[in-house]
Amino acid sequence: MAGELVLLDFWPSMFGMRTKMALAEKGVSYEYIETDPWTKTPLLIEMNPIHKKIPVLIHKGKPICESLIQLEYIDEVWSDTYPILPSDPYQKAQARFWADFIDKKLYDPAWKIWGTKGEDQVAAKKELIEHFKTLETELGDKTYYGGEVFGFLDIALMGYYSWFKAMEKFGEFSFETEFPKLTEWTKRCLERESVVKALADSDKIIEYAYALRKKFGAE
Amino acid sequence: MAEKEGKIKLLGCWASPFSRRVEMALKLKGIPYEYLEEALPNKSPLLLELNPIHKKVPVLVHNDKILPESHLILEYIDQTWSNNPILPQDPYEKAMARFWAKFIDEQILTVGFRSLVKAEKGREVAIEEAREKFAFLEKEVTGKDFFGGKTIGFVDMVAGSIIPFCLARLWEGMIIDVIPEDEFPELNRWIKNLKDIDCVRECIPHREKQIEHMMKVSERYKLA
Repeated sequence: MAGELVLLDFWPSMFGMRTKMALAEKGVSYEYIETDPWTKTPLLIEMNPIHKKIPVLIHKGKPICESLIQLEYIDEVWSDTYPILPSDPYQKAQARFWADFIDKKLYDPAWKIWGTKGEDQVAAKKELIEHFKTLETELGDKTYYGGEVFGFLDIALMGYYSWFKAMEKFGEFSFETEFPKLTEWTKRCLERESVVKALADSDKIIEYAYALRKKFGAE
Repeated sequence: MAEKEGKIKLLGCWASPFSRRVEMALKLKGIPYEYLEEALPNKSPLLLELNPIHKKVPVLVHNDKILPESHLILEYIDQTWSNNPILPQDPYEKAMARFWAKFIDEQILTVGFRSLVKAEKGREVAIEEAREKFAFLEKEVTGKDFFGGKTIGFVDMVAGSIIPFCLARLWEGMIIDVIPEDEFPELNRWIKNLKDIDCVRECIPHREKQIEHMMKVSERYKLA
């Protein structure tokens, strides 16, 4: 294909949004190819034969899968501009730890909040709120997770931002009431063009979540 | 310049592939450390203090720095002590190493242990599904001495702690052969190569003890 950098992504994917943010922070241009992961296109299967999932970043024909791995790759290749990860090995490890926590702990209950009903949904909401509280404690009074500088962990969590309204709607809670500090942090992140441009419209996400609920029999 | 000096403590478990791989890295780099054995499944107050979020081994303590999660520990060790590098320098090769490590600890562990033990669709089906995933690793190591190339690296430590000396012991206990030599000649060749490496050999748990341990763990997992 033409172009040195290509991103296979699906518009509602919180993972793809992370990669888009990172590329924008670095001021790197790329070709975007909308790829529905439910219909596995030949290109997707060729570039991600193991998982057949998006996002896939293709650089000079070579695929890089998994959004957090993509963020690190982007930071290492375009290292002369805006660093995403700290250079200190311990601080780097801490950023990676919390990003891994987000993916291990948030994804499943978040999915269950819009994908299930009844007891399962109630349990998912409880778990989700508990994990967001942990993340809020970790943020503390810092401007960003990286301290004074927007970085890896901010991107990792802001990737989920478009889905927050859907979580509130289906989970019947208010992000701002439950997590005031996190809410302030999201506002700071939303001042960045890289973030705003990468995010999907929250109302469109709610529509999409409704469609998923019907598909999985929760509606 | 990262701080290399100071005391290293490793909180681990003899049977845990996750803590064994950290020991492989420390031994490869010649880093002295104090080892603290955690008597799992009971979790000591120290473990709960050092890793309150996940409450798991391994945890590395380097001076006042506390590091849980084996992948993070391996990367930290590699960035702090630059001799005998574990991760490739090239960003793409590094990304691939991270990708394979994640694949192994998530997918391979699921098909090699969890799905096999539960065998909801029957054991033969579980074995076939496991072999489909192992085929990706077979392809990746074809023509190479190690996943890292000529010398062992990050993926060898991740795969090498889990596959031959952990999952394979479970399979021995279950009297099954998930990666027979005729179907997986490259993986089996890689396992033989691993056994020649000092830092790996020193971290192989006692065979009978490990088989007994894996059978106990699988019983607990089945009932869970």
